[in-house]
Amino acid sequence: MDKALGNKIPEFNKKPGGAGGSGLAGLSSFGSGDHRSKLEIVVIILVAVVIIGGSEILLRLFNVPQYIIPKPTQIVTALFTEWHFLWPHIVITLYELLTGFFIGGSIGFILAAVITQFPFVEKVVTPYILLLVTTPMLALVPLLILRFGFGSEPRIIAVALASGPMVMINAATGFRRVDLAKIALARSFGASTLQIFTKIRIPMAMPMIIVGLMVGSIFGLLTAIGAEMVGGAEGLGNRLTYYSALIRMPQFFAIIFLLATIGISIYIFFFWLGKKWASWEA
Amino acid sequence: MTKTKMAIHSATKFYETRSGSTHALDNVSLDVREGEFLCILGPSGCGKSTLLWSMAGLHALSGGEVKLGSETITQPHPEIAMIFQDANLLPWRNLAKNIALPFELKRKPPDQARIDSLLERVNLKGFENKFPRELSGGMQQRASIVRSLAVDPSVLLMDEPFGALDAFTRDEMNLLIQEIWMETRKTIVFVTHSISEAIFLADRVVVMSARPGRIASIYDIDIPRPRPVDIQTKPDFIARVLEIKGSIDHGRGAAAGLAIT
Repeated sequence: MDKALGNKIPEFNKKPGGAGGSGLAGLSSFGSGDHRSKLEIVVIILVAVVIIGGSEILLRLFNVPQYIIPKPTQIVTALFTEWHFLWPHIVITLYELLTGFFIGGSIGFILAAVITQFPFVEKVVTPYILLLVTTPMLALVPLLILRFGFGSEPRIIAVALASGPMVMINAATGFRRVDLAKIALARSFGASTLQIFTKIRIPMAMPMIIVGLMVGSIFGLLTAIGAEMVGGAEGLGNRLTYYSALIRMPQFFAIIFLLATIGISIYIFFFWLGKKWASWEA
Repeated sequence: MTKTKMAIHSATKFYETRSGSTHALDNVSLDVREGEFLCILGPSGCGKSTLLWSMAGLHALSGGEVKLGSETITQPHPEIAMIFQDANLLPWRNLAKNIALPFELKRKPPDQARIDSLLERVNLKGFENKFPRELSGGMQQRASIVRSLAVDPSVLLMDEPFGALDAFTRDEMNLLIQEIWMETRKTIVFVTHSISEAIFLADRVVVMSARPGRIASIYDIDIPRPRPVDIQTKPDFIARVLEIKGSIDHGRGAAAGLAIT
């Protein structure tokens, strides 16, 4: 007997996990498994320890200079000693990301919800949205800086332009998945158009909306950092250029570490949101 | 006889599609009596679902009208509840929240006492926190019956509700719906493409023919209730099945799409 099937109860009407393609399961590697076992967590941590410890040992053994690759201990030290210099930049980057993402995400979500109700409008608008999705919004930043200066505005606009279409295109995919039987069900109990929207359409689109928010916010982070590298004197992206120009590699890598932390936090947040609101699909 | 609950007067329906218009219903007139169990029987594409959806106020007719008492049905009516194919539960809500949906839509607090007794009645007590995917097909359909009965409608419209279930579960569900009907005496209009299911459940079987959908004939089923499942193997029952099948075959050559069982 197949060992993997041995203790699974054959279930009615159930698609194999993760094979759906769309939805959260397709995007996240966490999607298919129910809970990570203790062993998995221990192994993952162990791998991290081996990589960090191993690189520390190798870098010391071969005497690699700090300006090529700093040792993990130097990076951690830099993170702590430079923290009060880095902190304001973290706040600025997060402010740009959150404001831009909020603006872009809301517009994207509303557009998706409205446009999918009108097939003709949707067909006309979609190519332009695709254009926005596929064109790197970073390219617009120099132009935006000319118009809005070196403050946060051009970056917020760039983040909104990068994340909005991502949210929209995914949310639209979700809203397009109409199940007429479910709408008829709500109608048969006297639901209004607004109720059908809030009780049927939005929940049904929720898995794709969350995927859109996740991808959109990661795109937003990318664009925020890129925009900060282009011009201005603030933000983590700006610090990257600053420290690399000074060849202060421990600080440079400390920022990379911070960026990775922000990225992972975004992922975990939306993964948690997905578990909460869209677990019925995955 | 008893008085008329719902009346359909020369209902006609065309579907406008890209390839032209489809004539789904042609001049269908039918009286549904108060408290009766009426089965509408026909092959796929005979317009029986179209007729039912029009009775639910979900579809506009191209001609004719549907009346509930003295009211003309043009939109869903609180006295009429619909039970759909495949249970049609919302997968993102647990059982309790699925059953509360009609109350939520009507902005009323759920009648918890009634819901609890209905759940008890269909043996779903204790499953309130389960999600639809965790339930079998039969349990899902029982939950959807509770959802419809919870708002205490006087008419239940059922659109091939047990079509997707296996034969055993189907027998079980037919018994359950018979019991519920005998206890509540609601008017039930039940659409099916199974001749024996129709005869087993109905007071009257309305046979429809296809393209365009018309009423071909109406059979009175005077078998005393409660009808046990094994009645379906009795000669009298089989004779009724064959009679209906014969009339359909006579009308359209081969009875493709109509199952005896």
